[in-house]
Amino acid sequence: MGSIRKRLEPLINPLSNDNPVIVQILGICSALAVTAKLQPAVVMTISVLAVLALSNVIISLMRKTIPTSIRIIVQLVVVAALVVIVDQILKAWNYEVSKQLSVFIGLIITNCIIMGRLEAFALNNSPFESFLDGVGNALGYGIILVIVAFFRELFGSGTLWGYQVIPQALYDLGYQNNGMMILPPMALITVACIIWVHNRKAK
Amino acid sequence: MKINKENNVYTVIYAAVLVVLVGFILALVYQLLRPAQLENIANDTKKQILAAALIFPTGDETVSDLFEKHITDSYCINSKGDKLTGVNAMDVNMQTEIKKNADERELPVFVCDTEKGTKYVVPVAGAGLWGPIWGYIAMDSNGKDIYGAYFGHQGETPGLGAEIEKPAFSDQFRGKPIFGSDGTFESVMVVKKGQEPAGRSYVNAVSGGTITSQGVQKMLYESLSPYTEFFKSLDKR
Repeated sequence: MGSIRKRLEPLINPLSNDNPVIVQILGICSALAVTAKLQPAVVMTISVLAVLALSNVIISLMRKTIPTSIRIIVQLVVVAALVVIVDQILKAWNYEVSKQLSVFIGLIITNCIIMGRLEAFALNNSPFESFLDGVGNALGYGIILVIVAFFRELFGSGTLWGYQVIPQALYDLGYQNNGMMILPPMALITVACIIWVHNRKAK
Repeated sequence: MKINKENNVYTVIYAAVLVVLVGFILALVYQLLRPAQLENIANDTKKQILAAALIFPTGDETVSDLFEKHITDSYCINSKGDKLTGVNAMDVNMQTEIKKNADERELPVFVCDTEKGTKYVVPVAGAGLWGPIWGYIAMDSNGKDIYGAYFGHQGETPGLGAEIEKPAFSDQFRGKPIFGSDGTFESVMVVKKGQEPAGRSYVNAVSGGTITSQGVQKMLYESLSPYTEFFKSLDKR
């Protein structure tokens, strides 16, 4: 059992102990941008999952040949090419989804988690481990996105996944949506609260 | 053979091969997928035009069939309201048209046959916060009131400016007059919730999407005003 757990470490660690967002404080910028509603947050998670897992595997396969001095450029070329291909395929096969994703696709390239994992993990590990690491980190990122989006959508718009959950009766009593929750600063504060809780638990 | 990864010649060759290879793959993907993408884009445009006239595809009918059925005529006019010949309304790019002077523009009109009579759908285009925004406005047969509206955007902030594409925003436009009581073109204002400009038709802006909402207001004014003569001529028919 011990060995299986050890082999799955790249997948499990980033979920909590070594979470990219709340422990390494990476990918904060996109976490602010897409968490006003739950749906974009989930869509962003899936896109990052696909790109991170694939680029990790590709860079890992190439790792023994990449010249040291241009490794960052090579990583960028691979990530950018993947993102463009994903975008093109979506446009051809699922136009509706691609329309919703258009803004996120561009954001994926700028996500520092991707470059971070390529540089820190894929360059030194086998393709399978890199794949696990990619999936694990994307999920760790996604968990935080979903938690933040849950609170922001609930208190900011009174809805979850676009459906009204706060009953009209409460509004009649004088309850109001907190417009501040929709604005980016509240995402930062929500992330900070999660870090606080997480640190208390880790102690 | 052990590769010397520090070697300059190796580095340059590696970079060149990689870039050419990736370029080739991207070009291949583009060529292979282009026809399917163009078809999707054309279908999407048709869907948006129909959505403005409040016609939505229901499962079994394809968008092209619906378009054939409801859009009985399409043509381009100039700002005097005269029909232009030899211009296909579907091919006009509104984003480039709005950069021209009003009297030089080619203005597409789609005549749509609905259950509630003939509607005239016209495209609008402008700029939001991050990039282009566009839409289609369906006018009633009297040329005075908006029958329905559709808005789209390229990259407005999700949850904020991007909300203009939701029915919650576009449905507000139904029945709004675009001419003032004295018959001058006034367009529709997009104002913060709670404000009520006296004597003007208005809708509520998207909260948190102020720049995008202002973009919609400007877009409506600038794109619809060259149609003034055309809309007025509809009333006399």
